[in-house]
Amino acid sequence: MKTEIALLEQRITLKQGAGGRAMRALIEDVFLQDAPDVSPSEVGPRAMDDGAALWIGDRWLVVTTDSHVVHPIFFPGGDIGRLSVCGTVNDLAMMGATEVLALTCGAILEEGFPRADLERVQASMAAACREAGARIMTGDTKVMGRGEIDGVVLNTTGVAVTARIVRDRGLRPGDRILVTGSVGDHGLAIMAARHALKLEGDLRSDVAPINGLIRAALEAGGPAVVAMKDPTRGGLSSALHEMAGKSGVGILLEETKVPVTDAVRAAGELLGIDPLNVANEGKAVLGVSPEAAGPVLEALRGHPLGCDAAVIGRCVAERPGNVILDTGFGRRLLAEPEGEPLPRIC
Amino acid sequence: MDSLSLDAARETRLTAAIRQLKFRDPALARRLAETIARVTAEIGRSPVSVMHVCGSHEQAIAKFGLRATFPKDLNVIMGPGCPVCITDLPEVDEGVALARQGHVIASYGDMLKVRGTVHSLSDVQAEGAAIEVVYSATQAVELARRTDREVVFFATGFETTAVATAAVVRSGPPKNFSVLSAHKYIPPVMEIVAEMPETRVEGFLAAGHAATITGWGIFEPFVERHGIPVVVAGFEPLDILAGLARLVELVRDGKPAVVNMFPRCVTKQGNQRAQEELWSVFRPVGGRWRGIAHIPNGNMRLREEWAHLDARRRFVIDLAALWDAAPPTLVADCICGDIMSGISSPADCKLFGRECVPDTPVGACMVSSEGSCKIWHQYGGHPDLGAS
Repeated sequence: MKTEIALLEQRITLKQGAGGRAMRALIEDVFLQDAPDVSPSEVGPRAMDDGAALWIGDRWLVVTTDSHVVHPIFFPGGDIGRLSVCGTVNDLAMMGATEVLALTCGAILEEGFPRADLERVQASMAAACREAGARIMTGDTKVMGRGEIDGVVLNTTGVAVTARIVRDRGLRPGDRILVTGSVGDHGLAIMAARHALKLEGDLRSDVAPINGLIRAALEAGGPAVVAMKDPTRGGLSSALHEMAGKSGVGILLEETKVPVTDAVRAAGELLGIDPLNVANEGKAVLGVSPEAAGPVLEALRGHPLGCDAAVIGRCVAERPGNVILDTGFGRRLLAEPEGEPLPRIC
Repeated sequence: MDSLSLDAARETRLTAAIRQLKFRDPALARRLAETIARVTAEIGRSPVSVMHVCGSHEQAIAKFGLRATFPKDLNVIMGPGCPVCITDLPEVDEGVALARQGHVIASYGDMLKVRGTVHSLSDVQAEGAAIEVVYSATQAVELARRTDREVVFFATGFETTAVATAAVVRSGPPKNFSVLSAHKYIPPVMEIVAEMPETRVEGFLAAGHAATITGWGIFEPFVERHGIPVVVAGFEPLDILAGLARLVELVRDGKPAVVNMFPRCVTKQGNQRAQEELWSVFRPVGGRWRGIAHIPNGNMRLREEWAHLDARRRFVIDLAALWDAAPPTLVADCICGDIMSGISSPADCKLFGRECVPDTPVGACMVSSEGSCKIWHQYGGHPDLGAS
């Protein structure tokens, strides 16, 4: 038995890329082994935040990077190109950096990949850049042999400067938890597309650049916005657990307040998948001081990408690191998902 | 299918999903929870113990956090409601032995990680044995039609799934198809559990889907013999709360009776054609339920006229050959048996959520989606957060 486990640990498993505990453990055990020490005022790799932040005299330089392996590459509501721009723009925004200085794009293609598909992906990246007010300033292209990689993999890196950064660990008891719109859309749209479920007409990915939306929230809330995270792999549940754990608070989540579309709810019921546990690509979770929750909510709802924003819970001193779910019928702890139920979601 | 009928199909599915949500009205749920609390207080004893015998009931209770709304004097015990969990060690061993003897074993996914005396199906699959996961008995027959090898359908489940097995047995399956039945019949185990001194069950919440087939009338002789009320309930949160409210009322009033709180699906007679087919294929025999006891008439085996489809008759199953290693040491600490009898809860187990998790389960209760441990783990661990 022991040797079996030892052997298993010699190989990477899909779970280690699912965004949950197993992935964090892999990063800690391997990538953080020789990670540099950074000054307490900087955000480095050990923070495992949405990006790094370096103090450059009078402002913060924020850097983040994201690779995209989604399958299928074209899905209802978007494609891998749009995803690759939005993923990085949104990670910058989650650090408080909503004005993108530049993006890079690294593309790895499989021999035989249709040129028309590549052009379609490129056009979609360009459109997403226009929406985000971002520019791809440099890039890299590699081609691998047939079967050595599946279709296309895109990596983007983003840089931005900002006067103030927002972390994922700033929650205090009493703070309100806001979400910028409905949850579960991206994950269930991909799942429906992949399994050819006849529900897909109702299910669309929410993939969108939300730096403009976050800018509006930060303008309304200022320093009262104390924490942000985008609920990608592992969904709202993973994001809340990570924020609660890093901040040392409990989060009381009101399930009936969480916006979920009818299509997502119905598909989740049919597939036995909780919309709280699946990926979003155009949403954010914000922790806001109670007195600013109203104005921030109003600012979010005034933006086209935030019209379904809602206050979904509050932070409590009890049960630090846990999420207490009020179902409307009773209460229980929300289990921290092992990560995304589906591989290659983003 | 044209686009119009596709739209219509989608419409039906969505309407069905929304209709189901009507049984999820929190305001009504609060009123029912208040009734349960009031009636339990009126009984004036502590604890008042009632039992459900269905994993799907615990699923709904855990998912919606209903335990936090139960009064502390009401003990809602999880009974032997998981067919995978109560499949006995020698039954799993039979499946494992047939797989090692080179036959294809088709079974439901939950069975793969359940350990027999030493090995699980998943262990022998890793050695190269042919184990196929199926979602229905029909799929197992289709599998047999596609191959020349012997396909053994390792059939588990209560009377609900046994009906589907009976249907394929009667449908004239191919010659290379056979059934290894580990089907269990719920009514007899209620007789045993009702007499257990450790649990002192005062009322049963019976599973609505099983009663759809058996009818609620089947519980009348039980109620007469034991003087314990039975309420048949569905699986939405309001179904369960309404069922429990009625059950504690019957306990308070000292009225042993059967009450059907799932009338939208369950009748007194049940589905008679399904019952006829079921008992034309199976006969009840006594046997052990893992961790619980010997249950007279609790196991369902193929009748003599279907002997040609019975894997136990077709093959010589060599169980001794399996005992080539010692069982894993952690098994000694597993309290699945007590959990399934309703004597303990997962929170009483020192392995729960530590050494024993869904990825590396020690006991069957952490394997099956109907198992109490798996359910509690899926919905956040210990479910009783209190009402604060």
